[in-house]
Amino acid sequence: MSANAPLLSVRGLSKTFDLSPPFLNRLVERKGKQYLHAVDGLSIDIPRGTTFSLVGESGCGKSTVAKLVVGLHKATSGTIRFDGTDLTALAAADRGDCRKRIQMIFQDPYASLNPRWRVLDIIAEPLRSFGITNDKGEERSEVGRLLEMVGLSSRDGEKFPHEFSGGQRQRISIARAISSRPEFLVCDEPTSALDVSVQSQVLNLMRDLQDELELTYLFISHDLAVVDFMSDFVGVMYLGRLVEAGSADQVFSAPEHPYTRLLMDTVPDIDLGRRDRVPVIGEVPNPINPPPGCAFNPRCTLANARCRQEAPELVSRKNGSVVACHAATEGRMTSD
Amino acid sequence: MTTQSNPVLSVRDMSICFDTRHGPLRAVDGITFELAPGEILGMVGESGAGKSLTGTAITGLLERPGRIDRGEIHFEGQRIDKLSAEEMRRLRGRKIGAIFQDPLTSLNPLMTVGQQLVQTIRTHLKFGQAEARKRAIDFLAEVGIPAPEVRIDQYPHQFSGGMRQRVVIALALCAEPSLVIADEPTTALDVSIQAQILDLLKRMCRDHGAAVILVTHDMGVIAETTDRVAVMYSGRIVEIGPVEKVVGDPHHPYSSGLMQSIPRVGSGVDRLTQIDGAMPRLTDLPRGCAFHPRCPHALPVCKATQPTPMPVGSGQVSCHLFQGEPA
Repeated sequence: MSANAPLLSVRGLSKTFDLSPPFLNRLVERKGKQYLHAVDGLSIDIPRGTTFSLVGESGCGKSTVAKLVVGLHKATSGTIRFDGTDLTALAAADRGDCRKRIQMIFQDPYASLNPRWRVLDIIAEPLRSFGITNDKGEERSEVGRLLEMVGLSSRDGEKFPHEFSGGQRQRISIARAISSRPEFLVCDEPTSALDVSVQSQVLNLMRDLQDELELTYLFISHDLAVVDFMSDFVGVMYLGRLVEAGSADQVFSAPEHPYTRLLMDTVPDIDLGRRDRVPVIGEVPNPINPPPGCAFNPRCTLANARCRQEAPELVSRKNGSVVACHAATEGRMTSD
Repeated sequence: MTTQSNPVLSVRDMSICFDTRHGPLRAVDGITFELAPGEILGMVGESGAGKSLTGTAITGLLERPGRIDRGEIHFEGQRIDKLSAEEMRRLRGRKIGAIFQDPLTSLNPLMTVGQQLVQTIRTHLKFGQAEARKRAIDFLAEVGIPAPEVRIDQYPHQFSGGMRQRVVIALALCAEPSLVIADEPTTALDVSIQAQILDLLKRMCRDHGAAVILVTHDMGVIAETTDRVAVMYSGRIVEIGPVEKVVGDPHHPYSSGLMQSIPRVGSGVDRLTQIDGAMPRLTDLPRGCAFHPRCPHALPVCKATQPTPMPVGSGQVSCHLFQGEPA
């Protein structure tokens, strides 16, 4: 592969969940099949050593993307190329090498660590299963080194997860994730269960580790301020589709999609103080029955007849980002 | 809004204690504050700082082994921390409304929204069935639920998260209370819905003249919604004052560290300011000021004695750095 090829390249990724009632119910009650398009035709590229963030509200499919990338879900269609290898074409048994190179950090540090295992065993499990260390002594010193890397003490290996606070537990999850010396980390809301003063510690740690270990991150979050701090590139999702993507600077300083603008506008901001905001209309529609046309049209102030019929495609813009919005491509946006 | 008129709520030196096998744990330690009629007071702090417990104690819903072991709570001039469970039950709902974090668990799934509203209205106000139903429909319309005359006969599961929280707000306010305790009312909601609900809460409480204690960990919510803020740490109020002061120009090292550690959109920083360490556990609180192990300005005196609240500007700060300074 050439040096500037993306480490992870996703093309037309879709995941459909079958929510149909059982066969007999369909027969007797004359109910049809029902599908939920959790992720619909998603394409992203993540260059090596950068952070790509997916933002959106609950149910927009961002966590499903994370699970598809690490292989916890099987894609319905589309490809996920990691360093040139198509992960969707690999059988589970052949993923071994890629598993070692792609690791994940989960949201809830209380649920993602086995309460009956000592921290030493939790962090050593990937070392053992990938055969990275040969004997107990080597394993012990490697775990000690990892614990110190994430700001804990090597003696903490003897303790159980309940002896740690939320922030320390998330450090343990990070130590476990980097123990197999991965190149790519999928981080699904890694700080949303933490308190603010601890969140900043964990975010700083993640950026330090990225520089030190040349990691590439796929970062999932609903917190725009956290995303802005962490990311080089941002993708905004709405009901399973990417509505806007580009460099973080571009998306945050000049958002083009009305939904991105809505998100930016509604984040409570401690600097602006008690401003009177423009009330946002409506809620996220039911993903089983999305509205026809652009999924955002019922909440969009710029929606016209075309938006209600025809779903917009992602279009490249002058500034290098891509936007899926008829109003933006037709120049109907007001620049405020 | 200053406390010229009689405060609707006055909490004096209140402590909450849990009796455990290892001895009593003091989760809230001597907090004092007042709330003027119609005022919105924000309570902010990390998990375990005691902010939700304070709200629970005021509504009289503190469960054993938790108990108020010191201090007093006065509501509209009446002392309420010694009331019997029955007297408290009558006050709650009628005079003190509550809004909790998760709208799904705070509604009864087996009753229609209308039944719950009518029951609340008829329990607290002298209304007939038809009148109460009409009032319920009016309230649903007021909190922005479309087609309230249809929605009133639906069950909570037929509402979306944001709509459910609107119903909860209607329930909390339908008996015209003078105080509403809102404990993380928007934490379970998406950002675009959160803004709607905060606007609604503010408008409803203003229109109905209710004062609000808004408990949250989100400084953005505090900054946009409240008049005054109390910052809690390890069971104590470390700083209280007008929102512009506490958010814009905090004095206590914990509040200022907290404000600086919040990431902001468009700030373009490479590192976030961080407060090292974590809040101490109640089982092993340090001597002196509970914040001193994490404090960048700690003095020898901070390790020995607890600071007392001192007036600084228009608020109060509990920190040795400000002890004895002219206000």
